[in-house]
Amino acid sequence: MAVEQDVSALRRVLAGLEAEHLPGASSTFTLGAAGADGQLADGLPRGVLHEVHAAAGADIPAASGFALALALRASVRHANMAQPILWVRQDMLDSETGALHAPGVAGLGLDPAQIILVRVRDAEQALRAAGDAARCPALGAVLLEPWGEPKALDLTATRRLALRARESGVTMLLLRMTDRPMASVALTRWQVRPLVSAPLAAGAPGAPAFAATLLRHRGGLQGRTWKLEWDHESRSFRDFAPLSRAVVPVPSGRTVAQGGGHTDVRPFRRAG
Amino acid sequence: MKGAQRVSAVSPRAQAIGLAPGLTLADARARIPDLVVADHDPAADAALLERIADDCDRWTPLVALDGPDGLVLDITGCAHLFGGEAMMRARLATHLQGHGLTLRAVVAGTPDAARALARFGKGGVVPCGREADHVAPLPISALGLSRESVTGLSRAGLKTIGDLAARPGTPLAARFGEDLLTRLRRTLGHEDVRIVPRRILPACIAERRFAEPIGRAEDVQGAFGLLIDDLSSMLEARGAGGRVFEAAFFRADGAVRRILIETARPSRDPLSLARLFREKLDALSDPLDPGFGFDLIRLAVLRLEPLAPAQVSLDGRAVAEEEVADLVDRLVARLGRDRVLRFMMRDSHDPERAAGFLSATAPPPPACPMPAPPLARPLMMFDPPHPIEALAEVPDGPPLRFRWRRVLHEVVHAEGPERIAAEWWQSEKGTPTRDYYRVENHQGRRFWLFRLGLYDREPGPPAWFLHGLFP
Repeated sequence: MAVEQDVSALRRVLAGLEAEHLPGASSTFTLGAAGADGQLADGLPRGVLHEVHAAAGADIPAASGFALALALRASVRHANMAQPILWVRQDMLDSETGALHAPGVAGLGLDPAQIILVRVRDAEQALRAAGDAARCPALGAVLLEPWGEPKALDLTATRRLALRARESGVTMLLLRMTDRPMASVALTRWQVRPLVSAPLAAGAPGAPAFAATLLRHRGGLQGRTWKLEWDHESRSFRDFAPLSRAVVPVPSGRTVAQGGGHTDVRPFRRAG
Repeated sequence: MKGAQRVSAVSPRAQAIGLAPGLTLADARARIPDLVVADHDPAADAALLERIADDCDRWTPLVALDGPDGLVLDITGCAHLFGGEAMMRARLATHLQGHGLTLRAVVAGTPDAARALARFGKGGVVPCGREADHVAPLPISALGLSRESVTGLSRAGLKTIGDLAARPGTPLAARFGEDLLTRLRRTLGHEDVRIVPRRILPACIAERRFAEPIGRAEDVQGAFGLLIDDLSSMLEARGAGGRVFEAAFFRADGAVRRILIETARPSRDPLSLARLFREKLDALSDPLDPGFGFDLIRLAVLRLEPLAPAQVSLDGRAVAEEEVADLVDRLVARLGRDRVLRFMMRDSHDPERAAGFLSATAPPPPACPMPAPPLARPLMMFDPPHPIEALAEVPDGPPLRFRWRRVLHEVVHAEGPERIAAEWWQSEKGTPTRDYYRVENHQGRRFWLFRLGLYDREPGPPAWFLHGLFP
């Protein structure tokens, strides 16, 4: 055990040395969840490439939601002045997971007008569009969502993206649909899967909850998993503790019981 | 008479030996046994005329088609660029004859006079104000009247336009309609009428002509760069910027290639314009082919908007907006207008109509009030919804389990129903009501399901669909 602790301490020292050479590291963004932010020290750096992996094909919506939340956190640089987010999405994804829906984006706490959506046919176009966007410092974040495991997105391509992102300070978020590790120069690699949410009154699904595992982290935090919940009102993550609040299991379909602290839940009429 | 094959057009040689359009093919064959016949192809004729019309854009931007075999060019204010009307006519004739075409060209004060003279007269240039004298000897069919009117006028002994012009107008109008008088006035040059050009009239044009066609890529790029500079300074002098630009490359052999770019905001910056055109040219599926070279390159602004000279602001806010607009323009030039989008929300409770996309270069839509509090709507939505098998309590309980894409999902949390009826002013009568449920399965994946139709109250058995996915 002592050896392992030594190794991870050494890694942190090395990461500290490395971080000094990262100009992007001067600016960071936090997740908003006290537990995760405490361990990530000063949050995640802007102007670098982060990767978000879906744990399985069916987890793409969760991974997209998590990445969009990260993009939102990264794009708010000054007090409440969110910069535009460019979302590059390959057409194939529309048939796999459905087309993006503006009210759903708004439901996550983003202003849909903040997003510029670029639809591309293939991974080459996606890379080129993302490469152009990475040179535009006025953007808050770029979300690159290719389909499958494109060959074009190799080590060289990701390095090019990362270099451009470093120059401009734009945070790049690469969404991958596979849990297989691909060659890349990403600073962090997250694997995301959804968690059963803390239900609201009457057993309604609650705020989106994720289990985010750091598969790669230069600061030596790889392997760590955080359970996070996204709060669309404060536009931040919070630590997810599903059992910390009293949950009365109410069979779904019954009228709403007295909601404990959830005044935003509107009782619905039992129709029929 | 029906079903007979007729001659629709004849070559000059055939005309010389007595064949004429309208003759039946059998008669023509009887006269000339070794007649060479080709099927009449109106579509190909129309395409050729369009191509010639494209080529004629080099003389004036105002070109209109006239019937299946004619073109009208409005050369008001253009003739002096080509050495006067007679010189321009001669040059145009030489140019088109060089492509193997036969033509009759007339320059006259009104389109109708020119048309009548070209089709029924000798051709040439009609001096200003002398249209009436020139068209007087033409037959009345030159007016383009209906067959009945022509027959009626001929029976009355009125054979030429001059005869008609000498008569008082009122009885003619009473017998043949006001249309006759209008045509007569226009043909005589008493009344002018504007033609309807095929293309949008550009707001601003810069062009270069080359005595010797240029074909090398470097030359074309160099010339194009100079054109952009010209146009930019023109726009600056006007205090305007362009939103839609068109570059037209006129090839020496008559083919014309047009490249269109659009910008998100009025622009006149030569560097960014050059970059946008380069993006567009790189993205062309069939590249610009100089063939035997271009002899004219024209750059036009099709849509102009005021653009005051901007002072770069110190806070950097305006600069940031400019940078994003530049990026959008570049992506639009490369990927197309319908691929760089912004979200748009409509005031509708039908989830399929509530949201859509708008090109990022389009003007922003009127702000739509956000539904408050935010209704639970999925991040991604399927169009059309996917049919699923679901097990649910009758009549309106949430699904307990459902099968989608061959995978069985156990529902642990559910919310609903949110009942959404079809918008009666949009849809047909009898469209079933939808009961939406937000459900979560045992793995935490969240779905938006609906049941189409109500038990007992609406006809047909209700069916279940999956409409969207939540993060």
